[in-house]
Amino acid sequence: MSTRAQLLLPPVVVGVALLVAWQVVVVAGRVATFVLPSPLAIAAAFGTVAPDVARAAAATGLTAAIGLLAGSLAGIVAAVLAARLRLLDEVLTPLSAAANAMPIVALAPVFNALFGSTSPVPRRLVVAVAVFFPLFVNTARGLRRVSPVHAELMRSLAVGGWAVTRHVRLPGAVPFVFTGLRLASSLAVIAAVVAEYFGGRQDGLGSRITSAASATAYPRAWAYVLGAVLLGLASYLAALLAERLLSPTTPSRRTR
Amino acid sequence: MTAAVRTTGLDVRFETERGPVQALSGIDLDIAPGAFVSLIGPSGCGKSTLLRCIGDLVQPTAGEVTVGGLSAHEARLAHRYGIAFQSAGLLDWRSVQRNVELPLELHGVGRRERAARARELLELVGLGDVARSRPAELSGGMQMRVAIARALAEEPPLLLMDEPFGALDEMTREHLQAELLRLCERTGTTVVFVTHSIAEAVFLSTQVVVMSARPGRVVRVVDVDLPGRDEDAREHPAYFAAITEVREALRGRSGPPVAPSTPAARSAER
Repeated sequence: MSTRAQLLLPPVVVGVALLVAWQVVVVAGRVATFVLPSPLAIAAAFGTVAPDVARAAAATGLTAAIGLLAGSLAGIVAAVLAARLRLLDEVLTPLSAAANAMPIVALAPVFNALFGSTSPVPRRLVVAVAVFFPLFVNTARGLRRVSPVHAELMRSLAVGGWAVTRHVRLPGAVPFVFTGLRLASSLAVIAAVVAEYFGGRQDGLGSRITSAASATAYPRAWAYVLGAVLLGLASYLAALLAERLLSPTTPSRRTR
Repeated sequence: MTAAVRTTGLDVRFETERGPVQALSGIDLDIAPGAFVSLIGPSGCGKSTLLRCIGDLVQPTAGEVTVGGLSAHEARLAHRYGIAFQSAGLLDWRSVQRNVELPLELHGVGRRERAARARELLELVGLGDVARSRPAELSGGMQMRVAIARALAEEPPLLLMDEPFGALDEMTREHLQAELLRLCERTGTTVVFVTHSIAEAVFLSTQVVVMSARPGRVVRVVDVDLPGRDEDAREHPAYFAAITEVREALRGRSGPPVAPSTPAARSAER
């Protein structure tokens, strides 16, 4: 317990010090609210709009969760297929690298035009495309790492490629899948929020931020930003929890 | 009687970046059922390659391998051998018992039957109480016992072992040697055992196949006839005599003319 307190103390002290410094700079320096509102102003705004922040966060969270699930599944399945079929590997690996280089949120307006701006599909699709790459790359890396002794063992047992995938490659890739999922969990929230900047239904954090900012209600805009930060953290923690619960070897044992 | 393993005129040549390497040349071996045969020789003599040829994990360039009358390929497909490598090669994410079950599971044996068989084997190697543990929780020697149990899961007539005790300490090693002998005696399994330890080869084997390097050839086959295979055997005169014979064959000295006409023996005399 005392070690945990020792671990927590420094970031808490630094965080509080930063907030105090921020407050002092804004008040003493008479910084205009549209440049930077003070933490207390943001907190006050957060207090008044908290129920709406929660509603908007729920909408954005749903977008992120559905996109994350679909994109992760697609990434994992694609990696499994790529590991089995050489041709697919040669096609998918450069394609997914290209997809990653593309600013994916820029697809949001295109998808909005495609599916109609009142549809929830475009933003979910943006999230799915964004998380596909980290899942695909990490899973593929895990699947390729088969120790020679396991390869020989499976060959001696006279079983084919799918059995090797199922019994050796996939279980061995699980830690890699979770690494990808951890990266993707925050990415999903970022993609969902930014996708909402480009129009569509006005129920998420992204649209709340833009509308508050355009109404010059900056402390309110920051309150929704704070909501987005909390949502991103929650998503990351959910990914960590899933890893803790679903990993075949518990972290304490995975010392190597 | 059908030989447990027979190789005739076995050649293996590997293509490497620096040109072809002759790993094995003209290997003729005839291993009787129930025999315990060790392959020994300097590193690079192709003893592991020979073992892998028998297991159909390496394809010979020329010559032929039969396992219990079948071709090596047919024997592998028919699950006629079990194999243990230098590293245990257990699947970390499976419990000890499920590791032993793996060959049975892959070959469609029912859940209850394979669990019973795995528990029986784990009892046999003295690991009944860690069946539910993860491999990472076991010592190296225990992991190797699990690997041996896994190799024996389908009661194969042939057990191939590639320096299985090479990474273990001396005490564990001697303990496992005795245990392996006890197991094989009970099951009547034929064993082909790769090692670089003369003492290990002599203690375990009914025959020690001494090989030379580049190209890998059989220099001599030393028959070992110990009165018993318990710990006392390690102090028996026959044990020391066999050790001396193997050592001299390894050094290339011509001992009793067991296989005087092999090219390697001739070149050693020059």
